[in-house]
Amino acid sequence: MRTINQIIAVTWLSLSSLPRRFASSAVAVVGVAAVVLVFAAVLSMASGFERTMLSAGSDEVAIITRSGSTSEMVSGLSNEQALIVANAPGVLKNGDAPVTSAELYVIVDVKKKSNNLEANVPFRGIQTTGFDVRRNTTLVEGRMFDTGKNELIVGRAAQSEFMGLDLGETIKFGQREWQVVGVFEADGSVSESELWTDVRVLQDAYRRGNSFQSVRVKLESPESIEILKTNLEEDPRIDPDVLSEKEFYSSQAQGLSQFIKLIGYPLTVLMAIGAVFGALNSMYSSVSVRGKEIATLRALGFGPFPVLVSTVIESTLLALVGGVIGGTLAFLIFNGFQVSTLNTASFSQVVFDFAVTPDLLAQGLYAALIIGVLGGFFPAIRAARLPVAQALREL
Amino acid sequence: MKYFGLIWKNVWRKKVRTSLTILSVLVAFLLFTLLSAIGYAFKGGQDAASAERLVTIDKVSLINLLPIAYKNRIASTPGVRAVTHATWFGGYYQNERNQFMQIPVDPHEYMSLYPELKMPQEQFDAWVKNRTGAVIGQELADQYDIEVGDRIPIQATIWTKADGGRSWEFDVEGIFSTDDPRGVTAYMMFHYDYFDEARAFGQGLVGWYIIGVEPGADSVQVSKAVDAQFANSPNETETTTEQAFSASFAKQLGNIAMIVTLILGAVFFTLLLVSGNTMSQSVRERISELAVLKTLGFEDRAVLGIVLSESILIMLIGGLLGLGFGWVLVQGIAKAVGAFLPGIYLSPQAMLVALGIMVGAGVLAGIFPAIKAMRLSIIDALARA
Repeated sequence: MRTINQIIAVTWLSLSSLPRRFASSAVAVVGVAAVVLVFAAVLSMASGFERTMLSAGSDEVAIITRSGSTSEMVSGLSNEQALIVANAPGVLKNGDAPVTSAELYVIVDVKKKSNNLEANVPFRGIQTTGFDVRRNTTLVEGRMFDTGKNELIVGRAAQSEFMGLDLGETIKFGQREWQVVGVFEADGSVSESELWTDVRVLQDAYRRGNSFQSVRVKLESPESIEILKTNLEEDPRIDPDVLSEKEFYSSQAQGLSQFIKLIGYPLTVLMAIGAVFGALNSMYSSVSVRGKEIATLRALGFGPFPVLVSTVIESTLLALVGGVIGGTLAFLIFNGFQVSTLNTASFSQVVFDFAVTPDLLAQGLYAALIIGVLGGFFPAIRAARLPVAQALREL
Repeated sequence: MKYFGLIWKNVWRKKVRTSLTILSVLVAFLLFTLLSAIGYAFKGGQDAASAERLVTIDKVSLINLLPIAYKNRIASTPGVRAVTHATWFGGYYQNERNQFMQIPVDPHEYMSLYPELKMPQEQFDAWVKNRTGAVIGQELADQYDIEVGDRIPIQATIWTKADGGRSWEFDVEGIFSTDDPRGVTAYMMFHYDYFDEARAFGQGLVGWYIIGVEPGADSVQVSKAVDAQFANSPNETETTTEQAFSASFAKQLGNIAMIVTLILGAVFFTLLLVSGNTMSQSVRERISELAVLKTLGFEDRAVLGIVLSESILIMLIGGLLGLGFGWVLVQGIAKAVGAFLPGIYLSPQAMLVALGIMVGAGVLAGIFPAIKAMRLSIIDALARA
């Protein structure tokens, strides 16, 4: 009990002298704030991207592509194969009609609003059932495209990121002109980065004959994917990859999000090491400035342990203040910041928001805590070992 | 320079503090080095790409293929010296993680348009003779431990074979490299003739054309002339310099440069605070010493110079160490991930910028304490001591 009282007293004393050491303490705080800011900013890119990619994935929907395709774009299925998939067991039926959508996926060059440069925007041909095989996807403005016409509907994210996609506008790809007739939302998922049109029109525009690239099917239940898989794999007329939408999108997301993490974590560790040096510096100077004070306390009968603990507490508090500042700044500046990047897995643009999640902020504060404890520990040992008589004589 | 001994002594007056400051500077410049080398890779090797070569792709999208018949028409365009083509094969080696670029080409035409690629003559001859032969870049050979004489299977993701198979086997007949440290060699080339005959679909279609411009011809005029030939055809084309073509990929990745700059900004702001604080502490502690110096007849300017040099020296020690460690690390990283992210390179410009920042940050951190030291009134300072 006595030790605890001493710790409280010494900590209070050292904290109350903080204003006198404002400059060096502020340096430690800013150092830690910068670490947490950069950490949260970089990793929020990965978490935002993952959120966009993964929120599209349902396990009640399966995507069928040609075996070995690493993305929809390189896949190819004939009309006959698409029909085999649609009529396979395990596929949910609405009355007599299976709930499926055979689709074509191409990319078109559209200019980004942010830099006026052309980017690979995904352009998808869907069947009118395309909305039924996707979760939470709704038309929010305008109307659905008419089949057989050069009309398209545009995802909300694509509309805000790329030029010339406002309702009623006409956009030209090659020699064909397309009219934007509707806008859809899909809960912020990757679908919103896309443009959609009637698959038959797209087949014609891109001279794809009667072929598709993927078939999306609504499953009777998440478990029935196994039935579907076995049946299709045994069918000699088709050589498919059957993945649930969830698996499909997580494999598409993997490359980029791993890459960001691969850069983000080592970067944070390096910066944190730098911040530890900064914290050490400011705590050493705190100890040397308070030398007389500490010696006086020791002479009055305070033990070395409370002195040690109080120094570590001071440094930890400073680091946590820095962590909170950095985290808050990251949240204010980056959360919801919309960007788009080329996902190399699908070779097309994905529009997403930075997501500064509570989890990231917690990790950032945890890093701040470690920096604070490390930065305070060695100066604390010096403080505890301060030779009392000599320090007092330096008056 | 005659005061160097004095400056050196002052720098190490408080060993712990100086070491810690130097270490933070070191970390900052290590970060700078790594980020600029990786940032270089994101620019997509556009510095190494030639502004003399042109690339022609389908106007609607790069994924649309162009007829092989375009080759002769491009070749006959005024200003065109040579033309060849390549196609994106998009396969992987062993497993899906090992994706690198493979392109079917015409060996003679392609190599003559890319004189910077070096390969022993006998390896080139062997490649030309072997229909299923292929050559790989040095970076690939290093990464996957592939040697001349190996037979490697490439799994196709797009181009199934006419017999329905997806596995294409190639004999590695040669390894090419380049003397340009910025050049990228993380790709593989094989015969277009074999590719065209064995693929299940798409016969007579190629991905893009590469054009060598005649000396003295205007690239912009040639590009326009080429595109004009195919205007209003089912496959309209878009011709740009190879440099602009590479850059367009890099730019699609989004504003990586902005994010890197932001991080570095945060790092250097912190760095300035840390070292500025060290300097002002050290001047504060030495007020009486500085007063003695002035009493001995040191001019105001000399005192200013001494304090400023001290701060620059600390930055230079930490910064050069950081740059050195960074350089070593960059070599290692470039080797380890060369096939995945080719073109990691620490440019001389980046090193010069780093040097400039060291001196600049040293001046900024030291200037206020130094002015304070210069303006010191001897009597006051001695009295305070």
